[in-house]
Amino acid sequence: MTVFVLRRLIQAAIVVLLMSMIVFFGVNVVGDPVDMLVSPEADQAEIARVIRDFGLDRPIYEQYWYFLKGAASGDLGNSFIFGQPALKLILHHMPATLELAFAALFMAIILGIPLGLYAGLYPDRASSKAIMAGSIFGFSLPTFWVGLMLIMIFAVWLGWLPATGRGDTATFLGIEASFFTRDGLSHLILPALNLALLKISLVIRLTRAGAREAIQQDYIKFARAKGLSTGRIVFVHLMKNIMIPVVTVLGLEFGSLIAFSVVTETIFAWPGMGKLLIEAILQLDRPIVVAYLMIIVILFVVINLVVDILYSLLDPRVRLGEQGA
Amino acid sequence: MTIEHTDAASPMVPIPKIQAPWRRFASEFFESWIARVALFTLLTIILLALAAPWITPQNPYDLAQVSVMDGRLPPGEESFDGYTMWLGSDGAGRDLYSAILYGLRISLAVGVASGGIALVIGSLIGLFAAYIGGRVETFIMRLVDLQLSFPAALTALILVAILGKGIDKIIIALVLVQWAYYARTVRGSALVERRKEYIEAATCLGLSHGRIVMRHIMPNCLAPLIVVGTVQTAHAIALEATLSFLGVGLPQTEPSLGVLIANGYEYMLSGRYWISVFPGLALLFTIVSINLVGDRLRDVLNPRLSK
Amino acid sequence: MTLRTTAASALALVAVMATVPAWAEKLTIGLASEATSMDPHFHNLTPNNMISAHIFEALIGQDDKQRLIPGLATAWKPIDDTTWEFTLRKGVKFHDGSAFTADDVVCTWERAPDVPNSPSSFGTYTKGKTIEKIDDYTIHVKTATPYPLVPNDISTIYIVSDEGGCEGTTEQYNDLSVAHGTGPFTITAYEPGAVISLKRNDDYWGDKPQWSEVDLKPIKSAPSRVAALLAGDVDMIDGVPTTDIETLKKRDDLTLSQGSSNRVIYLHMDQFREDSPHVTARDGGKIKNPLLDKRVRLAISKAINRDAIVARVMEGVAIPAGQLLPDGFFGVSENLEIMAYDPKGAKKLLEEAGVGDGFRMTIHGPNDRYINDAKIVEAIGQMLTRIGIETAVETMPRSVYFKRASRGGEGDQPEFSFILVGWGAGSGEASSPLKSLIHTYDKDRGFGASNRGRHSDPAIDTMIEEALTIVDDAKRQDMLAKATEMAMENVAIIPLHYQVNTWAAKKGITYPARTDEQTRAANVVKK
Repeated sequence: MTVFVLRRLIQAAIVVLLMSMIVFFGVNVVGDPVDMLVSPEADQAEIARVIRDFGLDRPIYEQYWYFLKGAASGDLGNSFIFGQPALKLILHHMPATLELAFAALFMAIILGIPLGLYAGLYPDRASSKAIMAGSIFGFSLPTFWVGLMLIMIFAVWLGWLPATGRGDTATFLGIEASFFTRDGLSHLILPALNLALLKISLVIRLTRAGAREAIQQDYIKFARAKGLSTGRIVFVHLMKNIMIPVVTVLGLEFGSLIAFSVVTETIFAWPGMGKLLIEAILQLDRPIVVAYLMIIVILFVVINLVVDILYSLLDPRVRLGEQGA
Repeated sequence: MTIEHTDAASPMVPIPKIQAPWRRFASEFFESWIARVALFTLLTIILLALAAPWITPQNPYDLAQVSVMDGRLPPGEESFDGYTMWLGSDGAGRDLYSAILYGLRISLAVGVASGGIALVIGSLIGLFAAYIGGRVETFIMRLVDLQLSFPAALTALILVAILGKGIDKIIIALVLVQWAYYARTVRGSALVERRKEYIEAATCLGLSHGRIVMRHIMPNCLAPLIVVGTVQTAHAIALEATLSFLGVGLPQTEPSLGVLIANGYEYMLSGRYWISVFPGLALLFTIVSINLVGDRLRDVLNPRLSK
Repeated sequence: MTLRTTAASALALVAVMATVPAWAEKLTIGLASEATSMDPHFHNLTPNNMISAHIFEALIGQDDKQRLIPGLATAWKPIDDTTWEFTLRKGVKFHDGSAFTADDVVCTWERAPDVPNSPSSFGTYTKGKTIEKIDDYTIHVKTATPYPLVPNDISTIYIVSDEGGCEGTTEQYNDLSVAHGTGPFTITAYEPGAVISLKRNDDYWGDKPQWSEVDLKPIKSAPSRVAALLAGDVDMIDGVPTTDIETLKKRDDLTLSQGSSNRVIYLHMDQFREDSPHVTARDGGKIKNPLLDKRVRLAISKAINRDAIVARVMEGVAIPAGQLLPDGFFGVSENLEIMAYDPKGAKKLLEEAGVGDGFRMTIHGPNDRYINDAKIVEAIGQMLTRIGIETAVETMPRSVYFKRASRGGEGDQPEFSFILVGWGAGSGEASSPLKSLIHTYDKDRGFGASNRGRHSDPAIDTMIEEALTIVDDAKRQDMLAKATEMAMENVAIIPLHYQVNTWAAKKGITYPARTDEQTRAANVVKK
């Protein structure tokens, strides 16, 4: 296990390095940040000054070299538009996004697994068919459109929940989050639901597919024949099997939750790093884009690792040690 | 479960008469009325999209036929040129009925082309990785990780920004975004399959690698592949809409369904629901029918679920 | 016109404001833009300057029509051709209690153009001017050559204290430890992307704001901003999208205020290349760039139905334009008419110019910069196609667009042939667009920086340059108007319309629309 983890960490480092290169060169192809930054009234001399100050007149490999040198000491560069370290800005916005993503993930599990299980165990009931139909609608609708619909219905028409922004936060066990206040929760519900909708549908479908498959497997039939209670069969034997694809996919999807928070955060004016990113992309604040993607890559490599380990614990047929030489 | 036998190996066992596989598949597929309706809807949508130039009053891409004077007309109003806009018009004066059918062509083309290409490329890579194993597999899977560590929406956003606008570029971007999902899925289930006894048996029987992969491992990867495939095709179309929403998707002048919805989005609060809702419904019907057909395909194709 | 009456009543409200007692109430505003820093000299861009205006003050203020009004200076006048004298306000205190004197102005003047990592500095306004302290409450501003816009430039520089403020880093401003101005509000919290919290400055020398507390929240997505107002999350929003105005007007729980801005939306045409990259003959073959011919440019202008764009695309919320700035601004010509829609005349002009069969052209425009920009571009494409100029339409995000439009082509020349752009006159008078859009591109002297069509007429150049040295207002006004008339006569650019900005608030809350598009909480009044 240790060897496996170590090897994966070394691979991860290579991935991060490669990624930094691709991202760095990639974002430097797009547009020119200077036009986004300077006042429209600036004259040619001022434009030239900004280009020089931000090192944009240097060849790109040289800029990359400076970036790498900085990155080695934990400095991912300064944001063009905020003038602050990109890493600091992202870390500042990260808790809001993580909070949103975890809330969405929580919703996906708490709603998706029971509904999917039900639909899988009783596939012929009308309610199961309704669940499946609902799940299809869930991932057929574009996120941004659903977001606005949620605001229209729950905030504008019914007036139950606030339309935008993050609510009050409170600190609990050293974590500052809006889970712990009423106001915070009321602000969290709509964006989290918006973000979760796709994942709920996905979990329902995966769980149902898993349950339907597993239920016909010999060991379940055997367990039934042995006279085990339905509860035990479902929660011990079935769940274990279903959890494999669900854990894998949710692990993979956590990254996409954070990515899709770009759209949700834009619509709900949620002050997270997704909103920071989309604004950085639109304004060509390259250091933020690069730093954001580096953080995402690292985050994802870690999640991947965790998923692989969980995977091996859940399914003894897949042995970690067997991979590679 | 059927294991293929050669006649020479066991002459005494009576071989059950097997229906032609496609016929068994078709009859099972049509057992479900939902599948029948979904397939019918999907085919109708495809037909409408293909026939668009002949059954619409306006070519929404020809600026000479579009006039801002017709902008934002509610459903049923008469246009400047004298035909009735049954679904109303959008902000630029496009007849929504025409724009939706033309938009369908683009959305379908983008979804199917990108999904199809990604599926083929991705599953070949995934199978190859799972079957070869060793360093090659590690390398490929690290590549997949690399790809997936970039959230799809983000990769697509950056790719399109680099490649530029246009249908071909969107398709390239979406293929690059999606292939890894297929590769990972196929490799995941192939890995489990590969360790099963029947593969060992097949290897012992001296079957060629290609035959083992294509005839034994591949069919067992189909179920998850179809789940991912349907999700991904829907995803591709939605992603295209999202890119348009973020302003880097397809050109405004030749709107896909996604662009139409994104444009209509800004009219939602002003009560001009039709600009966003009708293209939204068209998109919904398209994706839902693809998904339902995909669902049924999965049930039918999965050998472990067949009775 | 209703817009004018709105503006007039808004002005009346400002007058009334002084007599209204202060309210112990909180105001929350949803803003379309977000400031990038609390350092008033970090980033010279409207969203930042707008926030700075709550906390800091300049020597000279700008009223809602961008007319200059006394700020930290009570009076100013030129004492010779190159020297201006400013008399400073006495008894003003910064939020940290230090007194405002000439020393603050001197050290601010040094800091403003030279903030590290500034993405757009205030050097544009400070350059060529030196500040001299005469006594604690008098300063002289000297320029090398006669320069009439000294007061306008001075009005853009926010004064910070020489006790902390001048030495303060951008970081210290962002953590609020040195963010002390003399303005109507003090800042109490700054959460980037979420909220800026302000408190009334009860020691303010001028009219105190009605609100004891103000929260400014950036909500960039327009539908979300409107939804936030409807849901009651915020009391007021700016940047109301044109599509929602009609619906919001009908609601009796909301008040709207509108006013024309200083921003003109116009078209640039390639006037420097014989072979323009996005212009071809109808069969796709090469032709000599027809846009070089004034008759063709005039034909294009005539082919555009400005009333239709305003009515259908802008939903009535814009004013058709015939020049660079709307009526009422300094340097505007009284002789210019809005070009009448005349497709027949346009076709005739094309024939006279020898391109009666039309040609093919691509119009480029941004899709996320100006109000309804992509739709305007599309409408123009439709209109030109109808007179035989087969026009393809291409829009793109501003992050890609502006570079290509300014320096995307060969030899860092503009890449496009025919583009839509907007220009807001930051100084609130006509020299700003004339200098940047009409004057010949001249890198060394800083003229024509945004002249992306590269129109060039030495006679106009001379006029603009001369106007920029005339200190006498009446003379300068005439000169600028004349230069504008000549530019319009040349069809140097094609003006389309002036943007109109809209604010919406809960019933009883009114805001006098500002031409510079800024939202200032101090001017928000409650009846």
